[in-house]
Amino acid sequence: MDVNVVIAGAAGEGIQTVGSIFSKAAARCGFAVFSWQEYESRIRGGLNSYSIRVSTSVRNAPRRDADVLLPLRKEARAKYRSWLNPRGLLIADERDDTDDVTEIFVPFSKLAREKWQNPIYSNIIAVGALWSVIGGDFEVLQLAIEDEFKGKAENIIKSNIEAARDGYLFAEQSCQGICSWKLEKRIEAGQPHRVAFTIAGNPAIALGAVKAGCRFMAAYPMTPATGIITFLAQHRKECKVFTEQAEDEIAAINMAIGAQFAGARAMTATSGGGFSLMVEALSLAGMVEVPVVVVLAQRPGPATGLPTRTAQGDLLFAVHAGHGEFPRAVLAPSDPYDAFHKMVRAFNLADKYQMPVIVMTDQFLADSQFSISNFDVNLAKTETFIASPTEFSTYKRYALTPSGISPRLYPGQSKHLVTADSDEHDEEGHITEDLEGVAVPMMEKRLRKLKALREEMKPPEKFFMEDDVEEVFVGWGSTRGAIFEAVEMLRKDGKRVGALHFTELWPLPELCPLEDFFPQKATITVIEQNATGQFATLLKREFPIGSIKNMLFYNGLPVTAQDIRRSFYGRN
Amino acid sequence: MVEISDFYSETAIQWCPGCPNHVILNTLKEALVELGKEPHEICLVSGIGQAAKLPHYMKCNFFNGLHGRALPVATAIAVAQPNLTVIVTTGEGDCYGEGGNHFVHTLRRNPNVTLFVHNNSIYALTKGQASPTTPIGEKRSLNPGGVAQPPLNPLAMAIIHNAAFVARAFALDREQLKTIMIEAIQCKGFSYVDIIQPCITWDPRPLDWFRKNVKHLDSSHDPTDMKKALDATMLPTPPILTGIFFKDGTRPVFGEDFFLETGFSSLTEPPFPSTEDVMGILEKFR
Repeated sequence: MDVNVVIAGAAGEGIQTVGSIFSKAAARCGFAVFSWQEYESRIRGGLNSYSIRVSTSVRNAPRRDADVLLPLRKEARAKYRSWLNPRGLLIADERDDTDDVTEIFVPFSKLAREKWQNPIYSNIIAVGALWSVIGGDFEVLQLAIEDEFKGKAENIIKSNIEAARDGYLFAEQSCQGICSWKLEKRIEAGQPHRVAFTIAGNPAIALGAVKAGCRFMAAYPMTPATGIITFLAQHRKECKVFTEQAEDEIAAINMAIGAQFAGARAMTATSGGGFSLMVEALSLAGMVEVPVVVVLAQRPGPATGLPTRTAQGDLLFAVHAGHGEFPRAVLAPSDPYDAFHKMVRAFNLADKYQMPVIVMTDQFLADSQFSISNFDVNLAKTETFIASPTEFSTYKRYALTPSGISPRLYPGQSKHLVTADSDEHDEEGHITEDLEGVAVPMMEKRLRKLKALREEMKPPEKFFMEDDVEEVFVGWGSTRGAIFEAVEMLRKDGKRVGALHFTELWPLPELCPLEDFFPQKATITVIEQNATGQFATLLKREFPIGSIKNMLFYNGLPVTAQDIRRSFYGRN
Repeated sequence: MVEISDFYSETAIQWCPGCPNHVILNTLKEALVELGKEPHEICLVSGIGQAAKLPHYMKCNFFNGLHGRALPVATAIAVAQPNLTVIVTTGEGDCYGEGGNHFVHTLRRNPNVTLFVHNNSIYALTKGQASPTTPIGEKRSLNPGGVAQPPLNPLAMAIIHNAAFVARAFALDREQLKTIMIEAIQCKGFSYVDIIQPCITWDPRPLDWFRKNVKHLDSSHDPTDMKKALDATMLPTPPILTGIFFKDGTRPVFGEDFFLETGFSSLTEPPFPSTEDVMGILEKFR
């Protein structure tokens, strides 16, 4: 089973509640649930959608073709009608005889007004209808409603359950002989602990930071990164991370650097515009060799761009951000599981190499709810590289070493003094004008760290990279699910495609032999959500690969397997 | 026992000979000796400018960061390591110009940080442009017709935001400077001292002009009276008044609620969370 349900309506109208209850109920049945949302940059109004994919096996990739469309208002029907599959069903509040679609008529607004005397009930009636159309057991939906409204007055919960039942029963009549789905309970409803985690990228990043031992986060709110600090602030008691809403992104990153200098693991998060403001301090972190983790949640630019949409347009910016030359790592997790583990890795790498690490996500990964059966938390090993003060009789913060890594202490740790200077400095951290004797060796010391760093960057994940492969799809970050699904579809069509997926982007890992990753006889197609093929540019620069084709998507919506398949057949 | 010589740094001082910055540096050392603070207990934080070089000339922990950004760095250090005595040494261009936004918001936050602004009303390092406190009408390289905008009144800004400690000192009045420094460092919360530090290279007014026109606040001045403190910052200048304008020891210090809640005493000592700790939070997502 693989059903995609799309709920559409205006912001503030209840799409969230409808989507959330439906997702919870489907997850409680033991199905894998993946959902993503696209919305306009406004608090109320506009037309938004919430797509929920319910499947037997885990399908953490978006679909834009709806098997069931539930428009909460007429305008939403007009806008999203084209998403509906040719054989799809439309749950209609009002009949439209001019449309030759299969309608399941459930007058939820009318029921809400007339029976419940309150238009607010129309959404819960619609959820009931939706659950019935999909073939779910009402008992499971009831549990999901109780869960959603936990803490509310008992009579309110009861009315909502009864209203949902109205929608459920009405739809049951309407869809007799039409709907073939049967959402059988694959587990007992009363055993939530066997259900998979349903989690978006942002909270997974926050939790990864917690596991990594992060104790300080400062950030300025910016979509789509805000959810990270929000999670930590709202769960301060359990997460025990000090959070501060900074006056701007410049303050945010300087605070994170200050906390790290003082020995606390610290981070910040922002989107492209805020990252632009952070760039000077990124260079500072490179110079003073203070570890700092920056999450860059991408959205389409330039400038304010499309604030609530998704993109992968900041890769080359992240790789090159900052004046002067200094080592940094750029990671791009593929899903919340990977995001959790990548955060631990980001803190470890930052600490080990005393440099900034940028973790790139995007609106799609930040906001979409993925189904994760197990987080393998115990596999996320937090390492610390802070030196012990007793190792030194005299201490030099920037001691020249063969690896380029100088033992790091923090102020207040011992009687050893710890310094940091944004000017070029000597081994003790003091400002220097000695060019040949100090400035050159210091630059070389910092850049020496890149050698070991590059050696430990992880190669890409291979998917269907078999001997017969004629075309290799190359992707990075959050497009993993869509690209791998496209490979599966095309393999079914008899096409000999495979995929490489990178999540460690800078420095690019060593790929030996290169032929194992980029076979000479195969076409290399880099799939990315930007308009200029940024990762392809990076690959061409770093590896002697013959020719690379671009497959680019930059309409602000997450790329789907169908998009890739269409592009595959539609080119030339 | 800590001594002045404990703070001796071998780094050659780059300030002009005779600059009042030398007095500020030596007075700061004296104040720290009187407070019994040792070099490893202190962390100086600065941005860019002449005053911002001070940390290099004193042996202690220091962070000499970016132009204008000393306060956010210092705020985070003070939270991460509450036992450190965190002191920001900065100029008025760094603090009121480039970093003006941070000055305003640090006043709101009230971190346990002491801020010494060496205020010479000039951009000295970049060769004599006007600063946010240059008097109106003064001719500067980018204002050949004279500075048109009135100077900032940073003391008034600090007072209306209930800063824990607001004072002005004069670099050449060493006794008062030391007394104010000691009290500022001792005060919990954000202590702010604007130090008149005449530029002997660029300021058209000779040092004697300052000696004549800088006066102590009236001995009857009550620093707990916000209204009177504010009034004192609004008086016409000259004279330039020095002394402790305002004190408010009632505000909570930035971060103390977090430490109360968690029982932590710093952000560095708690052990990394265990797998079980994290699994517990993850359960919210079932």
